[in-house]
Amino acid sequence: MTAFFEAKGLEIRFGGVVAADDVNIRIEEGRNLAIIGPNGAGKTTFLNICTGYLKPSAGEVIFDGQTITRKSPLEITRLGVARAFQIPQLFAEHTALENMLIAGAARSQRWAPFTRMYDIPERGEMMHLLELVNCGHVANRLVDELPEGQRKLIDIALALALKPRLLFMDEPTSGVASSEKFAVLDIIAKALDEAKVTSVFVEHDMGIVERFADEIAVWNRGVVMHRGTPDEILNHPDVIRDVIGGEVTDA
Amino acid sequence: MKTVTTFLAIIVAIGLVVLPLYFPWTQVILTLALAKGLAVLGIIVLLQAGQVSFGHALFFAVSAYAAAYLGQAFAGGELLTMIVVGVAASLVAGLLVGLFVVRYRYIFFGMLNLAFSMILFSVLEKFYHLTGGSDGMQVARPLVLGMEFEREGFETLLFYGTFVIAAVAGLAVHRFLVSPVGNMMKTIKTNETRLEYLGVSPRSVLLTGYVLSAGLCGIGGVLMAVAQGIVTPEYAWWIRSGELVFIAILGGAGSVWGAFVGSIVYEFVRTFASAFAGDVWQMVLGVFLLIIILFAPSGLVGLWNRVTGRGESSTSGQSVPAKPQPAASKEPSA
Repeated sequence: MTAFFEAKGLEIRFGGVVAADDVNIRIEEGRNLAIIGPNGAGKTTFLNICTGYLKPSAGEVIFDGQTITRKSPLEITRLGVARAFQIPQLFAEHTALENMLIAGAARSQRWAPFTRMYDIPERGEMMHLLELVNCGHVANRLVDELPEGQRKLIDIALALALKPRLLFMDEPTSGVASSEKFAVLDIIAKALDEAKVTSVFVEHDMGIVERFADEIAVWNRGVVMHRGTPDEILNHPDVIRDVIGGEVTDA
Repeated sequence: MKTVTTFLAIIVAIGLVVLPLYFPWTQVILTLALAKGLAVLGIIVLLQAGQVSFGHALFFAVSAYAAAYLGQAFAGGELLTMIVVGVAASLVAGLLVGLFVVRYRYIFFGMLNLAFSMILFSVLEKFYHLTGGSDGMQVARPLVLGMEFEREGFETLLFYGTFVIAAVAGLAVHRFLVSPVGNMMKTIKTNETRLEYLGVSPRSVLLTGYVLSAGLCGIGGVLMAVAQGIVTPEYAWWIRSGELVFIAILGGAGSVWGAFVGSIVYEFVRTFASAFAGDVWQMVLGVFLLIIILFAPSGLVGLWNRVTGRGESSTSGQSVPAKPQPAASKEPSA
């Protein structure tokens, strides 16, 4: 059986830092996988390799039976792999709705040089997505004026607008006030569920991980150290020592 | 506010059409201004993506020389054919140069364009037997739809023809800028990486805009060549490219209006300054631009918007949530 998504023997180093040292991981369709690990463990590097931003010095990435290791972000996106960013990557001079409309037009490759962007058929769907992530009321505000939490949600909505089959999210709750984190992730989880998207997310908040992940992979020094259900992983002595530290003793 | 703008546009358009009837001397100036305005429109398209070309006179010259060759080959030729062939030539040139320069951004983009235009300038100047060297080539007065015109009649026809072309091109470019691909052009300035992560090639988007801008410069070049009756290597000279960028900034790079407002003001200031201030007219223009950049960075159109209270939200740095944003006033929320 071919894997939905699989990384085999990924290696990459930046100078003396080994960011990936024989990384092997399979991702099953329909599951939410959380990636945890200390800073510098190579989590974002893994996302960068999977979405074509970085090319590994060795190894292979396979999505839906195709090798995508050497493909560009553009080609990988068109295959159905989307990405949301740690720092929201939005179009600063456009409103929230316009950001979404650009994504909608991009998905259909609808350039339509003589149609007003507001008139594209994807508009209703894009507005719905914006409402789904609780940003409908700021649709006509410039994204640069919005608080970080909303920018983060719009960033994820942009990725969802592509109707991806697989979505990588880099710390979806960083920059969001801790009192709002759960609410934000609830919104995202609901949107993911509605769109039936398989997701992989990097996260530092163990509470969030415990609640939203079906599975957890623990990264350390460029390798996948452990993999299992939240229950197994969050009680594993190595994980408590290396990743969670003294902060969460009641896990 | 939109109705006020439309109303104003109609007034200005009527003014332009009527002005030459009462002041015949303005006709040639306005023809040249609108021809240049078309080329400036091309610059404005590229400015949406944050890219400044210091070599767009290249496409101005390509189409002007194409028209001149056509005129020589067919002893006078036909104006419409000249326009079609000139624009086609500039579109092809735009595609060829574009395929190369869209890989670069900012200073590299600007300088590579400059380099290409200076290569053409040298070719035009040195290949004397083909191009007439620095003397250039005569462009005989062409037929219009098969009819021959006297000088005065032709100039009037050319003015109104240029006016119609400018109006149509202005509307078409406005439409382009609010279209999906026009908005993607703007994202090349703000976040090209994200555009790529949405599955759109920024290079292809920029190339589309680039070819469009070359075509617009091409229309301007043919009309200028026919209006002046002569083409010279100066058409491709870097000062011409600089002039187009100058006018775009003067008028305001944000809108289609800027191109024509800028070029008309520029042409009149230049005419009067060179008539009354002989040797220092460039200085007059320089000071004029300095004032614009310092006090009205969004150009004459931006100045107009500020005076009439159609303020921008971005310049103040502060947002007032209760007040609808410009985009919100344009578009009712769904």
